[in-house]
Amino acid sequence: MELRTKRKINSFFRYIILILVGLIMLYPLMWLFTATFKGNHEIFTSAGLLPQEGFGDWSAWKRAWNFNTGYTFLHHFTNSLRYLVPRTFFTVVSSVITAYAVSRFSFKGKRIVFALIIGTLLMPSVIFTIPMYLFYNALGWINSYYPLWVEAMFATNSFFVFMLIQFFRTIPRELDEASIVDGCNTLQTLIYILVPVLKPIVITVAVLTFMWGMNDYLGPLIYITRMSRLPLSVALRTAIDAESTADYGKVYAMSFMALIPALTIFAFAQRYFIDGVATTGSKG
Amino acid sequence: MNDMSNRRIAPYIFITPWVLGFLIFRVYPFVNSFRLSFMRYRLMSTNNRFIGLDNYVRMLTDDPVFSKSFWATIKYVILTVPLVLVFSLFIAFILNFKLKGVNFFRTAYYIPSILGGNVAIVTLWKFLFETRGLVNQIITNLGGQQVRWYTDPNLAMLVMSLLRSWQFGSTMVIFLAALQNVPRSLYEAGAIDGATKFRMFFAITIPIITPVILFNFVMRTINAFQEFNSSYLITQGRPNYSTYLLNVYIYETAFRRNLNMGYAAALSWVLFLLIMILTMSVFRSSKYWVHYSD
Repeated sequence: MELRTKRKINSFFRYIILILVGLIMLYPLMWLFTATFKGNHEIFTSAGLLPQEGFGDWSAWKRAWNFNTGYTFLHHFTNSLRYLVPRTFFTVVSSVITAYAVSRFSFKGKRIVFALIIGTLLMPSVIFTIPMYLFYNALGWINSYYPLWVEAMFATNSFFVFMLIQFFRTIPRELDEASIVDGCNTLQTLIYILVPVLKPIVITVAVLTFMWGMNDYLGPLIYITRMSRLPLSVALRTAIDAESTADYGKVYAMSFMALIPALTIFAFAQRYFIDGVATTGSKG
Repeated sequence: MNDMSNRRIAPYIFITPWVLGFLIFRVYPFVNSFRLSFMRYRLMSTNNRFIGLDNYVRMLTDDPVFSKSFWATIKYVILTVPLVLVFSLFIAFILNFKLKGVNFFRTAYYIPSILGGNVAIVTLWKFLFETRGLVNQIITNLGGQQVRWYTDPNLAMLVMSLLRSWQFGSTMVIFLAALQNVPRSLYEAGAIDGATKFRMFFAITIPIITPVILFNFVMRTINAFQEFNSSYLITQGRPNYSTYLLNVYIYETAFRRNLNMGYAAALSWVLFLLIMILTMSVFRSSKYWVHYSD
């Protein structure tokens, strides 16, 4: 009896800690959402969540739809998609092929390739930025979306390649051998046999590529300066700066709008990337 | 083509994109940034030429902004990395409780991280710590004094660090996976020996997860050195360049102020070397504190 009471008290305190931390984690986000229904005065005087007038006033959201850049939220979001979609697609394809080669075949220089993949994982990207800018500038690609996705065709993200190699290792080789007996060539084995098994990790790679791309600010900031082409991340900043501090409701609504794509994907795919990150390592 | 030759040629075909990518996007810029760092190189200038070590000499002798941003970066890393590691380990620890509904919390805690460097989040964070912002409202409601977060260099830096600590998701998930892999038998043995929970955490859990601590430590350090958004968007380096991180200085030198690519390349090499030296010394030190079970 005593032990059970003790255990109950114990788990009660654990829930308290979990809820407290949960509040610290989510309160700012909830507050951001509800602040879009508050006037400037209320924003600065009440730390509470519930807006005085309830949730009926969507005018800040209507004002926010136009981003102060001369274009709408949708326009900038579409801009983001214009490089995120090819970037996601090519990252997945090129990383899977590279990981396949490294984990399933023996060839000359394989050990060096693997060592270099790990080596570039630890390479800080800051060293590449300036020469790559000059390179793309020489190609006339500034203010185009090419610099933001072309790299993806060449499996340059070592993190994903490494993650996929780890996963390939968990798939029994007998599967490949059986498919070869059945008359598949190496490419067919990958597409018809291995990729279906890899599906969860492939989805993880796709979701993470998309999310990190969505949240990336420095990349588009360097390459895109034309207002009509700004992707969401840079457009949001430009819009907030233009607004100065006159209309907080609008600024908050714009911010929350910019979070909706990521939050939506998170809602649908959360189990994939929490598990995916756990298997290999971190980023972001 | 028979199967054997297919298997012999195929890997070379499959690895070709990676090899090309490695040469074009890694080797070439690496070599070129090194070359640029010895040049006076401005975009749209006709007077680009080699100047030897001048960029580096100028940095050390004639650039007060460099030394400020150098120390700001060091300070940011020293403040942020331990904060993130301790916080994410603590969260992983409480998420490892065997409690109903703990998965719900795991998902909820991950949300700030998944929004990552999103400008909206950075902006929200900036607003939270403004003089009349939410944090100060809570402090005054509890009877405290308003804090001027952005006028004190230490506090401004703290705001930037807290943002990263709030986004501990991926680090936490890796810790959690490691904690779940600690053999239960060790705790049972510890319990028989009469060890307290506290003692078991430091004598059993921590030693067993040291490889993961090393991994998270290295990844967090590399990332922290390259922090951009919080310095550029929250504090803009205020007050007086005390939160002006090297990555922001590099960006502004190369792309904003005078398009001085050569000097920016030299700055990025300093940052690169700093990261490498630190990473190497962490790896070197690891033999004294990292325990591998196999």
